Amino acid sequence: MNELRRLRGSQKGARQQNKAAFFFLLPWFVGLFGITLGPMLASLYLSFTKYNLLQPPQFSGLDNWTRMVDDERLHKSLEVTFSYVLVSVPLQLAMALGLALLLDRGVRGLAFYRSVFYLPSLIGGSVAIAVLWRAMFGTNGLVNEALALVGIQGQGWISEPGTALSTLVVLNVWTFGSPMVIFLAGLRQIPTSLYEAASVDGAKRWRQFRSITIPLLTPIIFFNLVLQIIHAFQTFTQAFVVSGGTGGPADSTLFFSLYLYQRGFGHFDMGYASALAWVLLLIVAAFTAVNFWASKYWVFYDD
Amino acid sequence: MLYPVLWMVVSSLRPNNQIFRSAGLALTHPHFENYSNGWNAFSQPFSHYMINSAIVVTGAILGNLLACSLAAYAFARLEFRAKRVWFAVMLVTIMLPIHVIIVPQYVLFSELGWVNTFLPLIVPKFLATDAFFIFLMVQFIRGIPREIDEAARIDGAGHARIFFSLILPLMVPALATTAIFTFIWTWNDFYTQLIYLTDPDMYTTPLALRTFVDQQTATDWGSVFAMSVVSLVPVFLIFLTGQRFLLRGIATTGGK
Repeated sequence: MNELRRLRGSQKGARQQNKAAFFFLLPWFVGLFGITLGPMLASLYLSFTKYNLLQPPQFSGLDNWTRMVDDERLHKSLEVTFSYVLVSVPLQLAMALGLALLLDRGVRGLAFYRSVFYLPSLIGGSVAIAVLWRAMFGTNGLVNEALALVGIQGQGWISEPGTALSTLVVLNVWTFGSPMVIFLAGLRQIPTSLYEAASVDGAKRWRQFRSITIPLLTPIIFFNLVLQIIHAFQTFTQAFVVSGGTGGPADSTLFFSLYLYQRGFGHFDMGYASALAWVLLLIVAAFTAVNFWASKYWVFYDD
Repeated sequence: MLYPVLWMVVSSLRPNNQIFRSAGLALTHPHFENYSNGWNAFSQPFSHYMINSAIVVTGAILGNLLACSLAAYAFARLEFRAKRVWFAVMLVTIMLPIHVIIVPQYVLFSELGWVNTFLPLIVPKFLATDAFFIFLMVQFIRGIPREIDEAARIDGAGHARIFFSLILPLMVPALATTAIFTFIWTWNDFYTQLIYLTDPDMYTTPLALRTFVDQQTATDWGSVFAMSVVSLVPVFLIFLTGQRFLLRGIATTGGK
């Protein structure tokens, strides 16, 4: 132990650890500065320039930023993205929590159900599933065939501006498996003795749910909420594939990230795309910050 | 929950004129032509795109395993200057939207002549840019008793030795989780592949699939579904073999 204390405590030991840590962290440092922080600063700079990749960037002051005020497609994309996040995330989490509670009540074959519910989360973001959605919700698609069976005249869900976004909400809700698995792990950590004590005191199931389950689960709810909101703001693949890259019909699936892609990699309007990227960053950061601030009022930590 | 997927599998075995007639899953005469038609409908056989994806995925997995575990060891076991600050920086990068770095990153990689190669999809992984996995591994290493490496230190082992011959073998479950997630996420990834790969010969599975769909304009759904199913098969296989690790991995990151 003396040897150890010497290594840990002495200046020499500290210097050695510093050196060792540097080597272990070297790849990460290169990545952090070279392809994360460096490009971040570069994109901030580019947001004040006109840049089409062919000529060097030309400083253009606040042009890109003032341009946003009159950019109606940008406004539309913000509207699409916000309504998607605000509707699909709560629905997805409610679904995840509901099924986690059901499964936690000791359903037979838990492992099987958990896998079945979880699988969509793994494939939900793939092109194959977006293709499937396009087929299911198309004018002659599966959904309309099913509706016809019960005598309802369907419509082109994906070709109608009023419903196209909803089909993507359905797709996101369908991928509730990964928050659900996290909820399940959280439910496992609640001591059963609390429930036993509560039922001795005569608390019924609903009361137990409200006074024990939900408060003790709030850190997990919060974690899922933050994660899924950040995730939903960046939705791209589904919208791209379902609309064939246009964000249509009538820009109703023009997600912010899709619009950014169109400006940058469709029109080589890299300066403006960089400014848009910073708007996205600020929005996500603001949402996360508000989430953390609000958590003081509803998230319960037992320590 | 799996009904849409099952319906897609069944439909991939039906003749085109029957696909949208039936919402049921019954299949009387499997129609395998969709698979052979789809497989050969591209400028290259579909296996070409699968191999491209496999190359990218393999590189990404090796990169993530190596670079993230190195960083995780430092964060979990070593003391160094401003450690808490760097750790916080690492956590923040997990939440950073890729869009905010993609434009300059594209400029950088195109200056290096890397556009239309797999390098932009692989090299960043060797630089531990998927910080989520660093976090996952830090949590795991913290659960390994310190006495083990302290004993090795007394015996004179250096950090490299401790890392490679003690910690790494002990953290196999975390490494497996990382490998499986990297596999599935990279296999399904569309955005960065769409940006960096524009030459059809370099297309990965998702890019090929998406081009196919846009060309078909809903005439040959049977083949489209067949290739969609083929593109999902590797993910299913990985899920089936690794689900123990997967579900535990995601659950432990979620618990505080």
